[in-house]
Amino acid sequence: MATTRTIEWLGRFYIVLLLGFLYLPIIIMAAMSFNASPFYQLPFEWTTDWYQSLWQNDQLIAATWNSIEIAIITTLISTVLGSMASLALYRYEFRGKKVLQALLFPPIAIPWLITGTAMLIFFFGVGIGRGLVAILLGHVALALPYVIVVVSARLQTFAPELEEAARSLGANQWQVTMRVTLPWIMPGVIAGGLFAFAVSFDQFVVSYFLSTPGQTTLPVEIYAAIRKGFTPEINAVSTIIIVVSMALMLLTARFFKFGGEK
Amino acid sequence: MAGVQVANVSRSFGAHKALDNVSIDFADGGFYALLGPSGSGKTTLLRQIAGFDFPDAGRIAIGGESVERVPVEKRRIGMVFQNYALFPNMSVADNVAFGLSVRGEPKATIATEVQRALDLVQLGKLGGRKPHQLSGGQRQRVALARAIVTKPRVLLLDEPLGALDKALRVDMQIELKRIQREIGITTIFVTHDQEEALTMSDRIGILRDGRLVQEGPPEEIYDRPQSEFAATFLGDANIFRGDATGSGIKLPDGTTIAASTGASVPAGAKASCAVRPERIRISTGAAKPDPANANMLTGQVSKRIFAGNNSTYFVDRDGQTLKVIVQNTGAERLAEGQPVVLSWSPDSTVLIAAA
Repeated sequence: MATTRTIEWLGRFYIVLLLGFLYLPIIIMAAMSFNASPFYQLPFEWTTDWYQSLWQNDQLIAATWNSIEIAIITTLISTVLGSMASLALYRYEFRGKKVLQALLFPPIAIPWLITGTAMLIFFFGVGIGRGLVAILLGHVALALPYVIVVVSARLQTFAPELEEAARSLGANQWQVTMRVTLPWIMPGVIAGGLFAFAVSFDQFVVSYFLSTPGQTTLPVEIYAAIRKGFTPEINAVSTIIIVVSMALMLLTARFFKFGGEK
Repeated sequence: MAGVQVANVSRSFGAHKALDNVSIDFADGGFYALLGPSGSGKTTLLRQIAGFDFPDAGRIAIGGESVERVPVEKRRIGMVFQNYALFPNMSVADNVAFGLSVRGEPKATIATEVQRALDLVQLGKLGGRKPHQLSGGQRQRVALARAIVTKPRVLLLDEPLGALDKALRVDMQIELKRIQREIGITTIFVTHDQEEALTMSDRIGILRDGRLVQEGPPEEIYDRPQSEFAATFLGDANIFRGDATGSGIKLPDGTTIAASTGASVPAGAKASCAVRPERIRISTGAAKPDPANANMLTGQVSKRIFAGNNSTYFVDRDGQTLKVIVQNTGAERLAEGQPVVLSWSPDSTVLIAAA
């Protein structure tokens, strides 16, 4: 009996340790974003000054808007294109399909540093150069495989007879897709979209390669600011990003759970 | 409503001939069963008629109109799938309404028609449920209501009762037959269950390896099978093989079996005879010479299976095991190992030409 209780206690201790390891740095950073001292001095003195000065940092705000804009456009484009690609891969047999499917996975594993370098060279070669357009194109390319993988996984659970049943009732291809297939894969599409948003919004390496001083994203701007000299404003903006990112991830988890239930 | 004509239809998948020159005429308003073992091509044929797949050669007409190159959504057919294929994201009523809705019918018309279809399958009150809240039998009824609400020209059923348990299946057979009669729709039903084919259909087509083996009313196929396959696939049959004599066959041991139905086979050619187990009389002594007992064999009971209303005897005779079904009339039951005499009429013996 005593041993069982010891094991149970050890188990709990382990979980607390693990969560502490994951969240303690983040919690300290969030706490320090509300601390008056710019040098992390204690005792803790409550302030929202850093958030206010953040509000006046035009560069950081501009970069934040860029990030949000790019993330939203990336999400829209890669979700639509990725879902369409998944449907095509699901429905049709064509030459080179296996090769195409196999080629979808490596980009997820290739280090972003290498992808970023390759994109930089490529975009210069074709005349796009650097800037927000280049960043957007890069992000869409990074996000697409994630969307396709997630939506295709959802499509694996789809019964093809449903499309056949809809067709036998007189529905054309468009009606079949919009009224039968899409409602079924929707949890996958939404989860894929959230992945795409996260890939874009959290993206540093590729954005760093493709940004110019005036046209940059929030992670790149934060990095530049840290190099110039650390201010608790960075804590403040990081805290905001963490809250937004975590909310998105929780949403993803929720949709994935829904995906598994039906 | 319309009849369906399938003429010389062939379809291959790679080297596999799924359908090999199949021709069947499905009469307007009839209930037709396509029966065959798995891989016989019955589902392929149904999919050609539905329009999910097009034949390599041959003609398919619905109501006299050639449709072999018309896609399924333009054929105006109704189909019930093996696993029902109800749309999981829609309510029962929306499932049934789907066909009318994609056609752009007015909302009021749709509501009336959906209610009428649900009433017909006795689910009038369950329109608001989701498919996963229904039992197997109820899902089956929804699938049927959805298929007929659009007033299709022909109703296609792909093993629709396969997923139901035995008792429910019998209920649904009666129900399906009632609904089919009520709306008078030409119905083509794919099944591998011979009992289902016999009890439900006006005509049966037996398929094997992509070919139509025999086609006709259930009684005709059962009483006069044209091949050993048809005889043994639809019901049980004892098969004797030998040489044709002109009035029956002569077995290798010299015994003759007289047959007065079936094919005419020239004397000397290879032929077989089929006898249904319930047509054979079994007794312990020799029966009186009588035209009704003209065929007579002796053997030994090797096994008896009692099934309440009848018993099946397995009788060993010269290396062959014959099956005899005897109604439970209260007569004395025979013991295993007992020598017996089997006798039956030439009228119950079907002569089959060797394939």
